[in-house]
Amino acid sequence: MDYMTLIQLLDSSVRLATPLLLACLAGLFSERAGIFDIGLEGKMLAAAFFSAALASVTGSVWLGLLAGIGASLMLSALHGVASITFRGNQLISGVAINFLAAGMTVLIAQDWFKQGGRTPSLTGDARFEGITLPGADAMANVPIIGPLYSELISGHSILVYMALAAVPLTWWLLYRTRFGLRLRAVGENPAAVDTAGVSVIGLRYAAVAICGILCGIAGAYLSTALQAGFVKDMSAGRGFIALAALIFAKWRPWYALWATLLFGLFGALETRPDVIESVIGMKVQGQLLGALPYLMTVIILAGFVGKAIPPRAGGEPYVKER
Amino acid sequence: MDVMPKWAEVILVPFISLLLAAFISGLVVFAIADVPDSAITMMDRIGARLDFVWGAAKLMVNGALGSTYGWGYTLYYATNFMFTGLAVAIAFHARLFNIGGEGQAMLGGLGVAIACLYIPWPHWSVALIGAAAMAGLFGAVWAAIPAWLQVKRGSHIVITTIMFNFIAASLLNYLLVNLMRPKGSMDPATAHFREATNLPTLHDLLAPFGIAFSKSAPANVSLLVAIAACFALWLLIWRTRLGFEIRSYGESESGAKYAGISPFKITMIAMIISGALAGMMAINNVMGEAERLVLNATEGAGFIGIAVALMGRSHPLGVFIAAILFGFLYQGGAELALWTSIPRELIVVIQALVILFTGALDNMVRMPLERMFLALRRNKAAGAN
Repeated sequence: MDYMTLIQLLDSSVRLATPLLLACLAGLFSERAGIFDIGLEGKMLAAAFFSAALASVTGSVWLGLLAGIGASLMLSALHGVASITFRGNQLISGVAINFLAAGMTVLIAQDWFKQGGRTPSLTGDARFEGITLPGADAMANVPIIGPLYSELISGHSILVYMALAAVPLTWWLLYRTRFGLRLRAVGENPAAVDTAGVSVIGLRYAAVAICGILCGIAGAYLSTALQAGFVKDMSAGRGFIALAALIFAKWRPWYALWATLLFGLFGALETRPDVIESVIGMKVQGQLLGALPYLMTVIILAGFVGKAIPPRAGGEPYVKER
Repeated sequence: MDVMPKWAEVILVPFISLLLAAFISGLVVFAIADVPDSAITMMDRIGARLDFVWGAAKLMVNGALGSTYGWGYTLYYATNFMFTGLAVAIAFHARLFNIGGEGQAMLGGLGVAIACLYIPWPHWSVALIGAAAMAGLFGAVWAAIPAWLQVKRGSHIVITTIMFNFIAASLLNYLLVNLMRPKGSMDPATAHFREATNLPTLHDLLAPFGIAFSKSAPANVSLLVAIAACFALWLLIWRTRLGFEIRSYGESESGAKYAGISPFKITMIAMIISGALAGMMAINNVMGEAERLVLNATEGAGFIGIAVALMGRSHPLGVFIAAILFGFLYQGGAELALWTSIPRELIVVIQALVILFTGALDNMVRMPLERMFLALRRNKAAGAN
């Protein structure tokens, strides 16, 4: 494998890791506040559709992004009402949200665009194009560093850089602000937070809302940057891989970045069987690569390699009077 | 004393949840209805939309229940959902959420395929027993691993079973594409099973009694197995010591532990039964209908089991009724997609709404009802004084 192939491989890893990273951070906020969210998949899918739909109708990808975030927030609100206000089962609510998104996106797409459950292809301003960072073209011919900068670091859409920036931001918010301390506390011991006079319900709704915004961006990235338009079921299990990455990352922001980059690399390798063959000298089945994130999560979760301990109050509705 | 009388708990709450789900589904159809261009005024358009909703409902009922062909499909789908619904229900009784019915049913399909392809069965009846045993075994193993990981290693069973769904899909994809596909075939599927393993359909079963049943509908003898499974599960849950232990464990883990019930034993047994039931779905869709193993043979039936179990309140009779209702929705939805512009995904939306209202938003329906019954009782008490 030569240097350019490596750069290309890493480049597509970053592209594939971006939606995973955004969804993973989304899940991190929600689960750190004690709200399990297996509806990441559905929220991403809904956002993917509404971003592509609005971008295609208005021609502006930014309006599309807003619409995607809005759709994702609506589903977050539903999850909040079911699991915080009515103290329902968070897992069942997540399952319902996934199906709701899977069905509604196709129904609405068919009603609006009549193209068999997809949106028209997006072009021009209706898509997030890659940004050429300053000096990328000038540096392209410098050996080693040139391709690294111009191919791998430069040339991604703005959402990729936003996702990368979200990692230190999340870290700062969770570990260096009062809000973050409370948010983490509410996922470990909500009664203590309540005793301190801070609203458990308010904090949990805030966490679920942040989760909605991040899932919205992740979904918009799928349909307006990674691909040009919405197709049925385009999230294709990414919400669950993000969930796997979250466990892999042990609910920590920096680990989330590495975990999603690793899973992104698996995704990139799946499309390049020739690269694997030349590196390790034998054929690896594509299906095995596809299943690797799930297998690794099972192994990590079982504590065979390190131990992943979820937030203690995760999944439990908070009942004040108890 | 319970806040609500038993009939309200068992019938009224699910009924209201279902009504809410049906109402919102109706609204969805109303919103995406085809409106003829002749409808100009606001009232005309609303009228046209209402007509469309009414027409869609009629189409679904006629398509699913109006002929033995329709019934044949409705009951075929219902058979799948009975197995997966029971699978989720038994796990619910032990307060375990088995979201992996889909993967377990896929593995069950693998078991059926191996049994039917590699064993020379003399007659369909023995083949059915053998294939059901294999399907159950494969499904049970696929559920037992997450169960073991939960009790021994503390992994969350919901996450592990989700992961196992994806692993099962990759495994089947690999097996069908690389190993089990007959030579020269492009289709990622096994060869057709031999004639001797083909199950009799309802047409074959009812013909000796002089009842004419559609020949092309896929409902088959597995329906009877599913009904027997409903009854057997009822016996197990409410009439045996093991069932009592499972229910006590589900009610209160600490209480059950204090009473000497082993969490390890209950978790393993409940999940093994659950996985076996989900796996046994394969005798219907793989052995009874397709007569070979294809990619994505389960078509999401494992997930519909969740909706069915929630709606049926985890009671085998409730599961039976809910499975038939979902069978009706599936067949009706297929007819709707055939004759109107409404895609099949409408069923997915209805399924989501049922899960939402009977599952996650259960308290939204329950809380006002409980308040109402409390007020009624207080009034009665005041009247007695």
